[in-house]
Amino acid sequence: MPFFAREYVVEVAILFFIYIILAQSYRLVTTTHDWTLCHVVLYGVGAYTSGLLAKYFGIPVWVCIPIGGVMASLVGVGVIQPLLRTVGFGFFIASYALGELIRLVWVKVHTPFGGPRGIIDVPYPPVVAGVDFSKPIPYYFMCLVAMLVCLYLMYRVDKSRIGDAFKAISIHPLLAESIGISVPKYRTLAMAIGAFFAGIAGALLVHRLGAVDPRVFDIITMVYLVIWVVVGGTGTFWGPIIGVCVMQAIFEFTRPFLEMRPMFFGIILIVFLVFLPGGIESAIAKAIARFRARRGVVAEKV
Amino acid sequence: MDLQTAIQTAANAGAASCMLMMIAVGLSLAFGVMQMANYAHGEFFMAGAYTVYALYALGGVPFWVAIGAAVGVVCGIGLAVERAIFRPTRGNVLAGFMATCGLAFIIVVFCGEVWGWGLMKYVPKPYMMPFGIMGAEVDFARMLIIPFAIAGIGGLIFFMRRFKLGQALRAVAQDPEAASLQGISINKITALAMGISGALAGLAGGLMSVIYAVTPELGHQVILPAFIVVIVGGMGSVEGAVIASIIFGFTHTFVTTIFDAVVAQMVIVAVMAGVLIMRPQGLMGRVAI
Repeated sequence: MPFFAREYVVEVAILFFIYIILAQSYRLVTTTHDWTLCHVVLYGVGAYTSGLLAKYFGIPVWVCIPIGGVMASLVGVGVIQPLLRTVGFGFFIASYALGELIRLVWVKVHTPFGGPRGIIDVPYPPVVAGVDFSKPIPYYFMCLVAMLVCLYLMYRVDKSRIGDAFKAISIHPLLAESIGISVPKYRTLAMAIGAFFAGIAGALLVHRLGAVDPRVFDIITMVYLVIWVVVGGTGTFWGPIIGVCVMQAIFEFTRPFLEMRPMFFGIILIVFLVFLPGGIESAIAKAIARFRARRGVVAEKV
Repeated sequence: MDLQTAIQTAANAGAASCMLMMIAVGLSLAFGVMQMANYAHGEFFMAGAYTVYALYALGGVPFWVAIGAAVGVVCGIGLAVERAIFRPTRGNVLAGFMATCGLAFIIVVFCGEVWGWGLMKYVPKPYMMPFGIMGAEVDFARMLIIPFAIAGIGGLIFFMRRFKLGQALRAVAQDPEAASLQGISINKITALAMGISGALAGLAGGLMSVIYAVTPELGHQVILPAFIVVIVGGMGSVEGAVIASIIFGFTHTFVTTIFDAVVAQMVIVAVMAGVLIMRPQGLMGRVAI
């Protein structure tokens, strides 16, 4: 596909892969019913870590990207510690505030974070075996592979015992605790895993753009992330992917109405929350169930 | 910091606390009654400021009439939001919160499209004269909010303790099911809470429009401190919100004067994290959140 498309389309596709990793990692955190509002900041931690390491220490980009993920994971674990005693509303407002604290550190501290203007001249990935990874098409394949690997790992986590424990916590925390699931430990674990993949997504982004801007990681982006996940639905693994596909398509088509765009997104968010709280995936599941039921009825008649 | 600056800063801190108080008390009241967090509350504040801008600065309506209109308009928005968003999503805090995030986007775009983006809107001050206390010059227009905040919130607390309807409000906050068994209509009470909450935000926005630059981002600047105040004060506790907003108003203003606004924001968030670790239910909250 990328060989025939215009360069712009390839760039959009790269962003699209990064957003899928981000949305899916957010869904992993929300399976414990912890709707953090600092996930975009952790994505930024990955971007800053990887960008700074590559720029100032000359560490190869391939090493920087996983380090960005690990760093985001550590920061995520640190952030969730004071929040473990809160649930629901207190949790998401406090996580928003703590994320904002990290973001303000980036804005405030000029060395090494670059202050309000962020960092520029982040190195692109080098040429390996004759393939120049700073060009869009090789980077496209690199992101595609990274996305598939991340999705596979997150799928395995989701289907494992750990993933079941996360869901048990979201359904009934007390009951989960009574069968020996340590709720604080698993909430921290969910945050650590989710933040790791968010950090990877951020690191992939920074080596494509070549710059970091702290304004990208504010609450507006966070609300967009929530919109993707809500529109897609969080019940199954595929919901966030559907959400990113649909919303990114709308995002691209509303480019002529740049200033009105938040309004469209706001309306979509309200409509989904009020009329279709399970997201698109729940509508698809319902449609399939109805289709099967109808076929069953037809089969009985025959 | 000399005495003159200290007095001036203290006066500004008093005004900032009162503004924060009017916003946070409305937020806390709505949360207590409905268990719903209203992210668009900052935009309610902004809508109040825009109403005064449109009527007083552009339309030439007398200042106090414009303030009254701001209270009415934002109260109306509050009632509409209760009916359209909070009633269908009742029982799901997250959905209500996210839907009001969407609403905040809509209000911001509306104001930006109608009155223009990015430009600072100048609202002329109705009372120009500064007055002096011990050599410090204090802006009279900025101090206007203090008597209104004391009267509004004092009135609200009195209403909630002494009046039948106010007691019904508290009953619903304590236990909605038991309250409805006593013949209290939950829908009426939640509408009342959102109306009061909107009216307070509109009043604060209208009074502060002469101080702040009126821009579509105005709501954004006030919502995070207001939420932090609600958490630290204790969710749904009006008295807790009052105490916490005084603490935060003074901390924020003094740290801003000594260092800068970004450091002030950091200090506030750090204090919140500390309170959450030691007392997750907030200063005056009864149950853990």
